[in-house]
Amino acid sequence: MSVLSNQGLLIDYEYCTGCFACQIACAQEYGWEAGMSGIDVMEIVQDLPKGKAYLSFLPFPTELCSLCSRRTKKGKKPACVHHCMANVITHGRVEELAHRLADKPRMVLWSPK
Amino acid sequence: MKNKQIIKTTSWSAGPGCHGGCGVLAHIEDGRFVKIEGDPDHPWNQGRLCARALAMTQYVYHEDRLTRPLKRVGKRGEAHFEEITWEEAFDTIEARMNEIKAESGPESMIFSMGTGRDIGPWICMLAYAFGSPNVMFALSGNACYSPRIAALDTIQGDFCVFDAGQWLEGRYDHPEYQVPECMIIWGYNISATCPDNLFGHWIIDLMKKGTKIICVDPRLSFFASRSKHWLQIRPGTDAALAMGMLYVIINEGLYDHDFLETYTDAPRLVRKDTGQLLRHSDVDPVGNPENFVVIDRQTEKTAIWDTGDQEFFPAATIPALSGNFNIELLDGSCVECITAWDAFLESVAPYTPEAVEKITMIPAREMALAARLYASSKPAAIHWGVPIDMTPEITPLCHAIAALWALTGNLDVPGGNVFTRPAFNAVAYALPGAEGVIKLKNQDQDKPRIGREEYGPFDHFIWRCQTDKVLDQIFSEDPYPVKGLWMQTCNPLSGIGLDPELWQKALEKLDFIVGVDLFMTPSLRYADIILPAATFLEKEGVRSWWVPLQSINETCRVDQCRSDLEINFELARRFDPDLKWETIHGLFDDIVRPSGMSFKELQARGWALPPENHPSRPYRRHEKGLLRQDGKPGFATPSGKFELYSTLRENWGLPALPYHKEPPFTPVSRPDLAKDYPLILSTGRRSPAFFHSEHRNIPWLRQLDPDPVVEIHPETAARHGIGSGEWVVVENWMGHARFKAKVTKIVPPWMVMAAHGWWFPEKKDDPLFDTFSSNINVLIPMNEQGDDGLGAPIKHLMCRIRKETQKGEQ
Ligand code: SF4
Ligand code: SF4
Ligand code: SF4
Repeated sequence: MSVLSNQGLLIDYEYCTGCFACQIACAQEYGWEAGMSGIDVMEIVQDLPKGKAYLSFLPFPTELCSLCSRRTKKGKKPACVHHCMANVITHGRVEELAHRLADKPRMVLWSPK
Repeated sequence: MKNKQIIKTTSWSAGPGCHGGCGVLAHIEDGRFVKIEGDPDHPWNQGRLCARALAMTQYVYHEDRLTRPLKRVGKRGEAHFEEITWEEAFDTIEARMNEIKAESGPESMIFSMGTGRDIGPWICMLAYAFGSPNVMFALSGNACYSPRIAALDTIQGDFCVFDAGQWLEGRYDHPEYQVPECMIIWGYNISATCPDNLFGHWIIDLMKKGTKIICVDPRLSFFASRSKHWLQIRPGTDAALAMGMLYVIINEGLYDHDFLETYTDAPRLVRKDTGQLLRHSDVDPVGNPENFVVIDRQTEKTAIWDTGDQEFFPAATIPALSGNFNIELLDGSCVECITAWDAFLESVAPYTPEAVEKITMIPAREMALAARLYASSKPAAIHWGVPIDMTPEITPLCHAIAALWALTGNLDVPGGNVFTRPAFNAVAYALPGAEGVIKLKNQDQDKPRIGREEYGPFDHFIWRCQTDKVLDQIFSEDPYPVKGLWMQTCNPLSGIGLDPELWQKALEKLDFIVGVDLFMTPSLRYADIILPAATFLEKEGVRSWWVPLQSINETCRVDQCRSDLEINFELARRFDPDLKWETIHGLFDDIVRPSGMSFKELQARGWALPPENHPSRPYRRHEKGLLRQDGKPGFATPSGKFELYSTLRENWGLPALPYHKEPPFTPVSRPDLAKDYPLILSTGRRSPAFFHSEHRNIPWLRQLDPDPVVEIHPETAARHGIGSGEWVVVENWMGHARFKAKVTKIVPPWMVMAAHGWWFPEKKDDPLFDTFSSNINVLIPMNEQGDDGLGAPIKHLMCRIRKETQKGEQ
C-alpha cells in the first residue's frame, strides 16, 4: 500500500502550546508507563538574528503510535486529537491532509509507522 | 460481564488541582474509575482536557492516597501516625476544638485552605459554625486573585474578565459575539492551561480567528513568540507600563470621550489643598459627605452629584471635565479645585514613553505602538495573570490597567473585558462583591478577624484574614493567641508559604492541627489528626464561578475517603446544632435557588447559562441598570461611576490615583543588595504537569517535569560556568535552594526563573520529604504586603547563582 493512502496526523504547530495533553491522553488510552507515549512534545527554542529567539512546540509521534485504529474504527477521534487543548492535531488520510498543508504555513504532516 | 457506565461531571480542584469547569466523561467499570475523557458536548472545553485531568487514573488509585483517618502518635513532625475510625477522629476534633474555644475563644482557631479549591464555602461553613471568622488563604498578602478582584470592586464595582463568548449559547458563533481584534496578555503563560476560572486555550481559539496579541512578559513565552508586540518588562514595573500606555492613549486622543463623560467620575472636584475629594458637606452645612461637587459648564456654578439618586442637582447640569476652580468653603475661605480627570491626567503626565522605558526597560517606541494597537482595535481585551497580584502595589496597578479598558470603551462590550459574577448570582459564600448563602452568624462574630480593622479591603471585599498578620500573631499572641489550625488541602511548607521555615516554627508552636488532604505532605506531618479527602470524581458539588452553573457529580468512591464537604458538614453540625441545613442536598438547593432549579434538576441538566438580561450575563449592563442594587445605570461603586479617582481608597487613607512605586527588592530600590545579588529572581512560572505543590507523585506527570528547574540565559550561565542540567545553588540574604539549570534564551540575561512548589514525595524517610532543599520560597520574605494588606514581591526578588560543587552541597 502506498503511504498516500495511509492515515496520518496533520499538526498545526504554530498553535501548539506545549501543554502535554496529547502525550498523557495517549498514555492513558494505552496504559503506557511513565516515559512512554505515542506522541512526545518537544520544546524548540530557535535562535534568531540580533540575540532574539522564537519558542515552538512540536508533538512528535513515536514508534508507539498506532494512530488509534481501535478508536477510529468505532468512529472516535484518536485520543490525542480528541483532547488536544489547542485543537491542532487532525487525523485523516495522508492524501487529504497533504492538500490541507497548502491552507496555512507552519504545519507538519506525520505518517507514523 | 462488567457493568460499564459513563458518568458526566465537572472538573474542579482535587485532581487536576485547577479552578475547574471542564465537562468530563468518567468511564466506570464495576464501580471503578478506569478512564477520563473531555466531554465533546460541553460548551466550556468542547472535548479538550489537560494533562493533569487525563492522569486522574494514576491519582485516584495511587498507592499513597490517604484512605483512612489518622492520629499522630509520635512527636510533631516525626511522622508517626496510626489509623483511627472516622468516629474517633470527629470526636477528638470536636473535643479539642471545644477546649480551645473555652480557653481562648473560637477566633483562636484558624481555618486555612489551598488555592482555587471548591472548598472555600465549606471551610467558611465550618469556621462560622464553630464561631471563628478567621478563614485564611495562606499566601503572603493574599496575593492570588482576591487582590485583583478587590481592586476592581474598588474602582469599578465589579470584577471583569476577557470575553470568549462563555456566557453565550453557541459561544463564538452567537450573533452577539465579536472576536477581539487585539488582546493584551499581561503576565500569563498558557501551557499550564486554566487561570482564574477561564479556559486558557480559549485564547488560542481567538488567535486562530484573528486576534492579534500584545504580550507583557519578561520571559519568551508562547504568546511572546507569537505576538505583534512583545513588551519584555522588568518584573515589578507593570504599573509604569500601564501608566505609559494611558499616556499615549490620552495624549493621542485615542480614548472613548462618551464613556469618559457619561460613565466616569471625571467631573467631580478634587481639592488642591488636601488632594482629596470636595464633598457636598464641604460647601453646604447640610450637605451629604457622600455626594460630590462638580462645575456646570454653562453656568460655571457648582452643582451636586447625588450618589443616592444618581442624578445631578440641578438636573440639567452638564459638568465641566477640565479646569481650575476656586470654591468657597463653609468657613468662607476659598480653595482651589481641579476635576478628577485633570487630577488623573496629572498622575499620568510623568509617564512619557521615554520615562517608562527607563523604568520598565521596554523600548519607548514598542510600548507606544502597542498602546496604539490596543486603543485602535475594536473590540480589544486584556487578560492578566497572577503576577499582577504578586507585587505590593497591586491596587494602583489594577487601577491603571482598569483605566485602559474603561477609557478605550472596552468594558462590558462583546469581545472586550466583561463584568463577571457567579452564574445566576448563585453564590455559596461571601466572595468579593457577593454575599452567598453561607454567612457569619452575626457581625460581632467578624470583629476579631485578623487584619480586618487595619486594612480597608478586608472590611469591604475580602472576608478572609490577612495572612502575614496571622503568622505574626501566632508568635506575638497579640491581641489574642492563635491555638489551633484547620489545614484543608493546603501545604504551607512546600507551596503557599513564603519563608517556609517561619511557617514550620508556627506549626510547631500551635496546640492542635487538623489536616485534610489526599496525600501525606510535608505540612501534614505536623498534624495531630489527618482526614482523607476525595477527588472531584468522588464527590458532589456546585460550580458557579463564573459560567456556566454546573454540578459536580459523584462517579466513584475510594475506600473511606470523604468529600471535603461531607467532612466539614458533619463537624459544622456538631459545633452548631442550629446549622441551617440538615442535608447536603438542602445546602446545594439553597445555593442554586436563584437559578430556579433544584440541585437534582441542575444535575440532570449538567450545566446552565444565565438568561438574557440577567445581571450575571453580559453585555452593557452599566447602560441597562443591571449592576447597581437600585437599578440605575452606572456601576456599583460609591459614586456610581467608574472611578478614575477612588472614593474608597481615599476613605482608607490611601492614594486615590494610580501610580508606580518601585517594589522593595529590585536592583533599582536596593542598589546596595544588587552588589551581592545582581540577578533578578522571579518564581512561579507554571508547569503543565503540576498545580503548585501537587502532582510530584503522579508518574505520568512527574516524568514531564522531573526536577526543580531554574531557567538561566546562556550568557549568564557561561559567566558562572554552569552547563544545562547541572545543579546550581540559588541564594540570597534569606537563604538558598538547589535547582537543576535549564540554560535557555527563554529568560533574559538579567533574570532567572525558579520553579516553585517543590518537595519529594518519594523521599518518605525524610520527615519533611526534603521540602526545604529546593523550595524557592526560602528566599522570599513574608510581610512585604502593600499599604492595603494586599500583594507580595514574589516575581521580583534578588539573588545570585553558583554551580553546586558537591552533590547536595549548599
Ligand atoms: S494517534 Fe493514538 S496512538 Fe497515536 S499518539 Fe495519538 S493517541 Fe497515541
Ligand atoms: S495537546 Fe495539542 S497543544 Fe498540547 S502539546 Fe499536544 S499538540 Fe500541543
Ligand atoms: S486545568 Fe483546565 S483543562 Fe484541566 S481540568 Fe481544569 S479546567 Fe479543565
